[in-house]
Amino acid sequence: MQYTDTQIKELETKAKTIRRFIVEMIARAGSGHPGGSLSSTDLITALFFAVLRHKPEQPRWPERDRFHMSKGHCCPLWYAVLAESGYFPKEKLMTLRQLGSILQGHPDRRTPGVEIASGSLGQGLSVGLGMSLAAKIDKMDWRVYVLLGDGETQEGNIWEAAMAAAHFKRDNLCAMLDYNGFQIDGKTCDVMNLEPVASKWQSFGWHTIEINGHNMKEILSAYAEAASTKGKPSIIIARTIKGKGVSFMENVCDFHGRAPTKDEMVMALKELE
Amino acid sequence: MPEMLYQRDIYGKTLVELAKANKDIVVLDADLSSSTRTGIFAKEFPEMFFNFGVAEQNMMASAAGLATCGKTVFVSTFAIFAAGRAWDQVRNSISYNNLDVKIVATHAGITVGPDGASHQALEDIALMHVIPNMNIIVPCDGPQTGDAVRAAANNKGPFYIRLGRPKVPTIENKGEFKFGKAEVLRDGKDVTIIVCGIMVNEGLIAAASLQAKGISARVINMHSLRPLDEEVIVRAANQTKGIIVCEEHSVIGGLASCVAGVLGQRCPVKMASLGIRNRYGQSGEPAELLKEYNLTSQDIEKTAISIV
Repeated sequence: MQYTDTQIKELETKAKTIRRFIVEMIARAGSGHPGGSLSSTDLITALFFAVLRHKPEQPRWPERDRFHMSKGHCCPLWYAVLAESGYFPKEKLMTLRQLGSILQGHPDRRTPGVEIASGSLGQGLSVGLGMSLAAKIDKMDWRVYVLLGDGETQEGNIWEAAMAAAHFKRDNLCAMLDYNGFQIDGKTCDVMNLEPVASKWQSFGWHTIEINGHNMKEILSAYAEAASTKGKPSIIIARTIKGKGVSFMENVCDFHGRAPTKDEMVMALKELE
Repeated sequence: MPEMLYQRDIYGKTLVELAKANKDIVVLDADLSSSTRTGIFAKEFPEMFFNFGVAEQNMMASAAGLATCGKTVFVSTFAIFAAGRAWDQVRNSISYNNLDVKIVATHAGITVGPDGASHQALEDIALMHVIPNMNIIVPCDGPQTGDAVRAAANNKGPFYIRLGRPKVPTIENKGEFKFGKAEVLRDGKDVTIIVCGIMVNEGLIAAASLQAKGISARVINMHSLRPLDEEVIVRAANQTKGIIVCEEHSVIGGLASCVAGVLGQRCPVKMASLGIRNRYGQSGEPAELLKEYNLTSQDIEKTAISIV
């Protein structure tokens, strides 16, 4: 599928809107994970507003494509795209992490559009594999998209799922790796090196697509390539910048799990205008 | 002599029977399909069976994914791996979402026998019990295994069904199985024996022997641990002089804990429990091990005499 320059521009504008929501939600909540939410914003904005087959007014529409966020701590991003899509009113976004809110600190099913909880890392690719097997059983053509963090691929469960998804030839399954190179304790290459990433996935039987995770054109063509790859699952290895879009958050490990202060929020929102 | 059956055989056959009527039943196993008997299902419904290899965590979380798409997913492996190895996946991906995943764990307890401690799950009920939403059934014999599996298929939400390895005698005259309702297999006024799983038969033998000594023992088969039939416990506490719980499991977090919780809060009476106490299992034949860990009808009888 070809996208016009206008469509690309619109997605870029949309991504800015999503980033503003993320910053404001987390600042108001006083806690949360801005860094990884901002690094995967372009990937997920493109998915929700140009790729995913879904009906926000009917969250459980049986033929919907499935999206699951395995790196659950980046749920402000998920909530923002859901609200922007119309799953629930945008005003709800500012209730993030409050008692009784539909927006929990990590995803759970009380949020319209969230298929299943996450938060304990490493399980989401398996969940996506289960969904993709259900589509196979029912002979349905909907696809499954799972967002993975780079740090979480240190979990053994991820590699169990990687092995099985290739074994079962799940070509309706697409993983997106938000490879921002940081985890809580520092750079991934210092804490627990992930490299060589692409050849690891290839050796497990996956089709790999390496892109700049902030380039809309590359993102969209990666989704198209994944959809047209048959006989094996695909993973989009997206090189990203932690905290992308807010200069003082970019590549700053501290913002993995720290909320911006009020002043920082004001500065950030100005940058994202 | 009563009929001797493998609970696992009945499990495999019941899956086939259920799947003939319900096209949404999917079965997963982790390289143990010949032991758990999910292989019986796999042969009949190969399209609905997936072998996950030796990867229990992936299997459990995938089961959750399948269940979000409307499938009723039966997942089997040995109890030690189902409850232990994949606990976080069961908690966060299955039970937290209250999904239709039915974990049928085989080879539970000390009667795994010669394989020894690494394979003898003595804490699996405890591990499942602390997880909200998780229903738990410990069937006592072959036919009741079929009842438990059908109950799991017909009731929404996650289930943990605990099965053993060896053949077990079929208990006669249990009446109709009701999920969440205990069975009073023998009435009595002096003492109550509360049991589940393979201990039900031991409890009945003990009660018969006590009868000969002039002690009237009530025997309750507490097959459902969640939901728990509290009223049957309260009645036993009010109508008999003491309660003995016997289980092939740690005394922490299993049947003894369930019963103690009800007694302590609603009607304190004398209680004694037989079960595994701060020990691992070991290799041996099932009968030898039951003796070594004080889980025989004689142990129940001795305990009953001591508290009456």
